[in-house]
Amino acid sequence: MGKTITEKILQAHTKLKEIHPGQLINARVDIALGNDITAPIAIREFRAAGGKKVFNKNKVALVLDHFTPNKDINSAEQCKAVREFAVEHSIVHFYEGGQVGVEHALLPEKGIVLPGDLVIGADSHTCTYGALGAFATGVGSTDLAATMLTGELWFKVPQSIKFIIHGKMKKWVSGKDLILNIIGRIGVDGALYQAMEFTGETISKLSMADRFSIANMAIEAGAKNGIFAPDAITKEYIKGRAKRAYKFYSSDADASYSQIIEIDAGKLEPQVAFPHLPSNVKGVSKAGKIKIDQSLIGSCTNGRIEDLRTAAKILKKRKAAPHVRLIIAPATPHIYKQAMQEGLLETFMKANAVISPPSCGACLGGHLGILAAGERAVATTNRNFVGRMGHPKSEVYLASPAVAAASAVLGRIASPEEL
Amino acid sequence: MKFSGKVWKFGDNIDTDAIIPARYLNTSDPKELALHCMEDADPNFVKKMRPGDIIIGGENFGCGSSREHAPIAIKAAGISCVVAKSFARIFYRNSFNMGLPIFECREIVDNIAEGTEISIDSAKGTITIRDAQKTFAINPIPPFMEQLIADGGLLKHIAKK
Repeated sequence: MGKTITEKILQAHTKLKEIHPGQLINARVDIALGNDITAPIAIREFRAAGGKKVFNKNKVALVLDHFTPNKDINSAEQCKAVREFAVEHSIVHFYEGGQVGVEHALLPEKGIVLPGDLVIGADSHTCTYGALGAFATGVGSTDLAATMLTGELWFKVPQSIKFIIHGKMKKWVSGKDLILNIIGRIGVDGALYQAMEFTGETISKLSMADRFSIANMAIEAGAKNGIFAPDAITKEYIKGRAKRAYKFYSSDADASYSQIIEIDAGKLEPQVAFPHLPSNVKGVSKAGKIKIDQSLIGSCTNGRIEDLRTAAKILKKRKAAPHVRLIIAPATPHIYKQAMQEGLLETFMKANAVISPPSCGACLGGHLGILAAGERAVATTNRNFVGRMGHPKSEVYLASPAVAAASAVLGRIASPEEL
Repeated sequence: MKFSGKVWKFGDNIDTDAIIPARYLNTSDPKELALHCMEDADPNFVKKMRPGDIIIGGENFGCGSSREHAPIAIKAAGISCVVAKSFARIFYRNSFNMGLPIFECREIVDNIAEGTEISIDSAKGTITIRDAQKTFAINPIPPFMEQLIADGGLLKHIAKK
């Protein structure tokens, strides 16, 4: 019996000759990630367990991206605690201030995570790195503490669901629309404890930005990880970024799957997830007249340069509708600079957008874009739970950068086709 | 382990933003987090519940973020354990790693009203509705998870090894 890419990567990180879905394994971790919210607990646990030294200072990444620039005194204290730990342990991949970006955009951009890696992060969207052909999964702070101590962690080998995507996507349809559509089909627990493997001719032509958006939201279907077989597009992306060895894995033709789901992406229109679940998805043409107060373009799902270019195409020579707050948050300093050099920031400012520093703040209702009671936002982020971006009586609609930009201009949820 | 207490019922897909909203994540102090336990699912929950009470959830309890603040808030509020039809995977591992007892049992969720008193015997694998004298089977806890609990969480388990 053949193996899936997920099984192969996990097995390569153990001493075992053979592993199978359902098996509990201890596996070596290549990169362990924490942020300013989750790392403080991990550090406390690490110290309580008598930890004196992290297993490898090159393999721990600490990124202060959630409540930064520090939103209040408590947040500043949390960042301080992580900074002191990073200094004490000479952590190589520590990012803050003008070098910090949204972790799941930053780590791939810097070549810190690579194909074939086993990555754990105390952040649920760690699954983003599956786009590179890595096994990457979100865990808790105690897991991060255990990994910092030992360099290993326990995993249950997941079964895999194979998605075969074919058809040519229409104009304005992106990876975000594809993953929203998939979550709408299978539900927020449709892939619970499983790997989501994305294959097919549409996928083989998809940009890395689109692949990152798709892998990012695997957790919204309950998945352990999302994964793509690396190819020429992956190779091009990591060229100049990778500073250590990496390995391309792919699934065997006779690998076993719990389910195979085929989707014709050529039939999709832009998708919108209505409150309060990422699975509450409709085509944008069926959205009806939904007035919005805020449009947020950014996050680990859609804050990459390709996303900003799409938004700029729509916002060029247009303005956000009166009383709509358009917030654009480039995900990393590098993306910010690129957007500046390409003139995108000027386009955004002329459209009356607020340009936010790279931060996760607005997406999780931390700061930099909180909603009041009764307010509605369209956001290119990944979650629309009750209270996600502010008041428990506010609403979040998830969509692509193209839909978020068009909606900002029209003051209601809209397709770019309507402009 | 044995638990008994009054149950508080919640629906499907109770996410970690409902269990502990991100606006309170500028601290990891369990006592502070406990004050806001389940706040966006039921703003009065902390006032109503009593130490030892039990949370009953539907499908996919604890979905969303990886924040360990969620099981910490529940445990620090004094909830003795959580019973649900199913758990989201990160919440599941977090709970065992940090020592919040959780149990999967589909049948009881559909057969119990809020406020009912139940007893749980994890060794026997049973949940009993006391007044009705009805007993339901808990999905067995995998042996590795039992070991984690017996050792007092993941880090103590590692230390023991």
